[in-house]
Amino acid sequence: MSFLSLTDADREAMLAEIGVDSVDELFRDIPAGMRFDRALDLEPPLTELELQRHLEALAARNVDTTKELSFLGAGIYDHYVPAIADAVLQRGEFLTAYTPYQPEMSQGILQAIFEYQTVICELTGMDVSNASGYDGTTVAADACLIAKHATGRSKIVVTEATNPQVRQVVKTYARGFGLDVVEVPHRAGATDADELASASQDAAAVIFQQPNFFGVLEPAPDLAAAANDAGALAIAHVDPMSLGVLEAPGAYGCAIAIGEGQGTGNYPAYGGPHYGFLAARNEFIRRMPGRIIGETTDLDGDRAYVLTLQTREQHIRREKATSNITTNQTLLALQGLVTLSWLGPQGIRDVGETCMSLAAYAQERLGLELVFADRPTFKEFAVRVGRSARDVIRDSRERGVHPGYALRRDYEGLDDALLVCVTEKRTPADVERLAEVLHEVAG
Amino acid sequence: MKLIFERSQPGRRGGEPPRYDNLPRVDVPDELSRAEPPRLPELSEPEILRHFTALSNRNFGIDTGFYPLGSCTMKYNPRINERLVGLPGFAHLHPHQEEDGAQGALELMWRLQEILAEVTGLHAVSLQPAAGSQGEITGLMLMHAYFADRGEDEQRRKIVIPDTAHGTNPASVTMAGYEVTPVKTDPRGNIDVDDLRRKVDGHTAGLMLTNPSTLGLFDENIEEIERIFHGSGALMYYDGANLNAVCGISRPGDMGFDIVHINLHKTFSQPHGGGGPGGGPIAVRDMLEQFLPVPGMVRDGDAFRLDHDRPKSIGKVRGFTGPFGVFVRSYAYIRSYGPRLREMSEVAVLNANYLLARLKDTYDLPFDRLCMHEFVLSARWLKREHGVTASDVAKRLMDYGFHPPTVYFPLIVPEALMIEPTETEPKENLDAFADAMIAIAREAAEEPEIVKAAPTSRPIRRADEVKAAKQPVVRYLFDEHPSRVQEPAGVTPES
Repeated sequence: MSFLSLTDADREAMLAEIGVDSVDELFRDIPAGMRFDRALDLEPPLTELELQRHLEALAARNVDTTKELSFLGAGIYDHYVPAIADAVLQRGEFLTAYTPYQPEMSQGILQAIFEYQTVICELTGMDVSNASGYDGTTVAADACLIAKHATGRSKIVVTEATNPQVRQVVKTYARGFGLDVVEVPHRAGATDADELASASQDAAAVIFQQPNFFGVLEPAPDLAAAANDAGALAIAHVDPMSLGVLEAPGAYGCAIAIGEGQGTGNYPAYGGPHYGFLAARNEFIRRMPGRIIGETTDLDGDRAYVLTLQTREQHIRREKATSNITTNQTLLALQGLVTLSWLGPQGIRDVGETCMSLAAYAQERLGLELVFADRPTFKEFAVRVGRSARDVIRDSRERGVHPGYALRRDYEGLDDALLVCVTEKRTPADVERLAEVLHEVAG
Repeated sequence: MKLIFERSQPGRRGGEPPRYDNLPRVDVPDELSRAEPPRLPELSEPEILRHFTALSNRNFGIDTGFYPLGSCTMKYNPRINERLVGLPGFAHLHPHQEEDGAQGALELMWRLQEILAEVTGLHAVSLQPAAGSQGEITGLMLMHAYFADRGEDEQRRKIVIPDTAHGTNPASVTMAGYEVTPVKTDPRGNIDVDDLRRKVDGHTAGLMLTNPSTLGLFDENIEEIERIFHGSGALMYYDGANLNAVCGISRPGDMGFDIVHINLHKTFSQPHGGGGPGGGPIAVRDMLEQFLPVPGMVRDGDAFRLDHDRPKSIGKVRGFTGPFGVFVRSYAYIRSYGPRLREMSEVAVLNANYLLARLKDTYDLPFDRLCMHEFVLSARWLKREHGVTASDVAKRLMDYGFHPPTVYFPLIVPEALMIEPTETEPKENLDAFADAMIAIAREAAEEPEIVKAAPTSRPIRRADEVKAAKQPVVRYLFDEHPSRVQEPAGVTPES
C-alpha cells in the first residue's frame, strides 16, 4: 500500500513540463558513486488489512494494563484518560498541523496552548509555562540550563529520591552544559533539609521531587528554603495529578516547577510520547527553552495568539539560543489540557483524595512492613515483601497481578522493596485481589 | 473567540472521577496541603468538546489542505496508523512492564531499528531521542565520547556547519559544549569546498550537514567533503530532516556520514500535532555503537530484551526507550511501502521539480538546478519592483486556501520561499498552488495592496507579533486579564 496520488499520465505530463525523460534523470546531481544500486532490503509492502493483522499480532504479545491488574507506577501512571481527550486528539486540524509558524492558519492550536500554559501555571503556582518539553526527564535538564545562566554557577544538586531516569538524563546533559551534578542521599525515604542546605552552597539549582520517587511526601517547603538560602534556584519535580491536594511549588518558594505530564491525559504507551512541563517565575521568562505562546491583537484590534519571545529560539538566535528545542509535545499537552478541563478544580481534588484513600486502604490490607514508615505518602508506597521483589513480581504475574516496581532496579539494599502504585482506576476489590496474591507469594 | 476560562461557571463540572467514601479519608499534613485550589476550567463535558471543536475549526492541518511547508515534510498521515497506536497492547502497556510482558513492543522497536539501519546504510540505531534536535545533541555527545575514548576530546572543539543549516544545528553545538565553525555556500548551492579546506583541521570534531541541503540541493561535492573530514580524523553528522528525498536512492552511510538522525515525524509520517510529538532516532557507524544511549534493544534468538550493560554509553537522553507511539506509526508507515520507499522519494522529488518548473519563470530562483524534494524561491523581484515581500506572498496564499511555504529560510536567500510539496499530493493540487502563486505575482504588480492586506479570509488578520513580545501576556490572568471577555459565559455561536 502506498499513499501516492499520481497516475502514469500525470507522471508523463510532469516530466515533460520539467524537461527530462525519466525520474532517474532528476537525480543526476547525485554522484554516481553515491547512488544506491540495489533495492532496499525490506519486507514487501503490506495492504492496510495485512498491516492491521501484523500489528495486532505484535500488540497481542504485550501484557498491558487491560490484561493484567497492574500496580505499576514509578513515574508513569495509569490514570483515567477521558474519551473526549481522544476525540479532540483525533481532530485532523490539530493532529496533522505543524508548529504554528503562521498564526493566521493556527489560531486553534495557539489558543489551546495558551490555555495549556495557563492551567500549568495554575497547577504549579507559576507565572509562565512553555508549550511543553519532550518528557519529565528532559525538562529537568532544561531547568538546569536556566539555573546555570541565571546564577552563573555550575553545580546542580539533585536528591537521590528524585526519579532515577530524571537524574540520569540530567547527568547526560550536564557534561555539555559544563555542570557538575551532586546527589543528596535520602534518609528513610525522604530528604533531610539540613543535609540539603549544606550540599546547596554555591549551587545553581536544587532539584527535588514531590511526592518523591518512593511516593513519600518530602518536607518540600523546607527543601525549597534550603535552596533559596543558598542562592540556588529551587526546582520542584511534581506530579500534576497531586496538585489538587498538594501545595503548588510556587506557593512555597520554588523558582521553577517541572514534571511529567503523562498521568494527566496521556496513555502509558510504553514510555511515550508524553509531555513534560516546565513553568517558572516571571523573572526567568527570557531564559525559558522552547515555544511560548503569547496574546496580542490583529490588524483589526481583535484578540490573537502567536509564538512569542522567539528571539530566545534557535531559528533566530542559532548558537546563542536558550535551547535547541523545536519539536515539542504539543498534541500530548493538548490532551493534558482537555483532561484537566474535564476534571476541573473539583475533579483533580477528587482524584488526589481517591488515590490517597485507596493507597492507605492498600497499605492496611496488604499488611506488609512499610519500607519508609515515618512520612506520609501520596499514591505510591514501598513495602517489604520478604524476599526478592523481582521474584515476587514474577510469581504475582503468574496470578494475573502486576504488584509494582522493584526498587532494587535503582537503589542498592532494597532487594525486597516493592513500590506499589494505586490510581483512581483501581478499586477496593482490586486492592483486595492484590492483598490476596501478595499473601500467597510474599516471603 | 472566548478562552475556555471565559466559558467557565463556578461549580459546573465535566468529569466525575470515582470516590470511595466508605474508605478512610486521608488528610495531607497542613504544611503540604493546597491552600488555594487551581483555577482550572469549570465546564460541562459537551461544552468542553464544543470549545475544542471550535478551536480546531480555527486551525489548518494536512487534512484541511495543501501544506507545502519547506523542510517539514507535511505528507499525509494515514489514519490506519492512529487505529494501530490505539491498540490496548500498545497504548496501555506500562513502560516498566517486565520484558517477557513486552515482547511485541520490543520486537517492533527492534524491527524499526533494523529498517532504519538499512535505509541509512549504517550499523546501529538508538530510538531514544524524542525529536530531530535531540538526535542532534545526542550525536554530538557521541562525538565527545568517541574522541574522549581516543584521548582527543580536549583538542577537538569545533563543529563545522554550513550557512544554510537549520538553526537547531548551531544551537545543539552550543548545548553540547562545542563551538561553531561556519562554512560558506558556493554559487551552485554546494558547500564551498575551498572555504571548508581552510577551516577543517586537527581541532575539528565534526561536520553537521543536511543533504540534500535546506536549498533542496544535493551537494555535488559530497565525496570531496568526506575526504576532507575523514582525512583529518573528524566525524560526519547527517541532519536527516531531508531524508524524504533519498530513501532507497542514496544512503547517508554510503555518503560517508557516521551519525544520522531520522525525523520520524517528517519522512515516516508521524503526525506533528501542531508542534509535536516527533521522533529523532539516530543511526551510527559500528565504532560508535558502544557509546549509544542506554538501554539498547537486542535480540537473543526469538526473544527481545533491553541491554543496560553499556559501560561506555553516554547515558540516557530521555525516559525509557523513546516515544514508543511514534515508533508504532512510523513502523506501520514503512511496512506499508516496504522497498517502495524508493518510489515515495522519487515522487517527492518529481512533485517538487514539477512545481519548480511551473514557478521558476515567475519567481526568482537563486540556484538554477534540478531540485530534490523541495526548492527555494526568492520574492526579491517582487519586493524591489512592487514592495511585496515573501511574507506578503505567504499571507496571500492563505486567501487562496493554501498553507504558506516556509519563509525567510534558509537565511542566505533573501525573501526566501521554501516549498516542499511531498509525494502524497496529486498533480491538480500542485497546479492549483502554482496558479495561485502566479496569480499573486500578478496581483503584486497590479494591485499590491490586496497582497499586503492579506489574509482577509482567516479567523484573524495579521497578528501584531512585536506587541506580543514587548508586553508578554503568556497566560490568562482572570480578573486582571487585559482582554477579558465580560459577557456571560455559556454557548456563543462560533463562526
